[in-house]
Amino acid sequence: MKLKEQEVSLDSLDWSILQALQENAKQTYTEIGRRFGVAHSTVYDRIKKMEENNVIRKYTAVVDLEKVGVKNITAIMTVFTDPKESENVAKKLSEAKEVLEVSTSLSEELSIIAKVVAKDQDKLHSFIALRVAPLSGVLRIRTSIITRKYKEEELLIERK
Amino acid sequence: MRPPPVSRILRKLSRENAFYFFTSIGNYIGENAASLEEFVKKIKEVNAKSLEFHFYRGDFQKWIAEVLEDGELAEEIKRLKNLKPVGDALRDQLYLVVSKRFKKLKSEFHG
Repeated sequence: MKLKEQEVSLDSLDWSILQALQENAKQTYTEIGRRFGVAHSTVYDRIKKMEENNVIRKYTAVVDLEKVGVKNITAIMTVFTDPKESENVAKKLSEAKEVLEVSTSLSEELSIIAKVVAKDQDKLHSFIALRVAPLSGVLRIRTSIITRKYKEEELLIERK
Repeated sequence: MRPPPVSRILRKLSRENAFYFFTSIGNYIGENAASLEEFVKKIKEVNAKSLEFHFYRGDFQKWIAEVLEDGELAEEIKRLKNLKPVGDALRDQLYLVVSKRFKKLKSEFHG
């Protein structure tokens, strides 16, 4: 594994280990090693290096919130901005705990797309009206509340 | 509680305290009012859908009572609800009530 100008190059074993962890991060080093025909210590070393280099940023649990009675609403918010203020608006949005994802997009106009969660529609509206609309450079906001989710997965890497 | 001085009701507000016009939950149309004077103008300019959205949620009366601190105008707007106005009728009613109040306060302010 070589570190070259921020980009980390991985060999085929690293890629295989990453793929295995994306499928199930609770597998043991031994299980992963057995699958790829290497010792558990090799798996440990590779994972350790990938953690140190931030290739693996974190391990997390995907919780089914509905099962535990948490009924938040999720919305996709498109914020059209003055190009000069776009960076600042994106940073401010990123700081809000109600905002889960922030990305910029350039189609006909520069816009910021953010995924927002709130307890209910009133809370969602208050957040947008009181904390997003007043940000300097915000021109317009379009919000779509998600009513049903058909799929939600992380991109699984393909073994190189 | 004593009403706030006229100058306070007529003051220019910060961006954070301005009124932002939406047409539905989370859909901001890019228009805002940072004073009672601007609010009067915006009643004439923004689309009727936005006026209806805020009027029936009670947003106008809340902002006028809590931010501009004009309890009297907030009450007058609240009373308009009995007439159940929509569209341009709502615009006309709102404009009548708010512009009348603005003119009265302005003349009081200038003595």
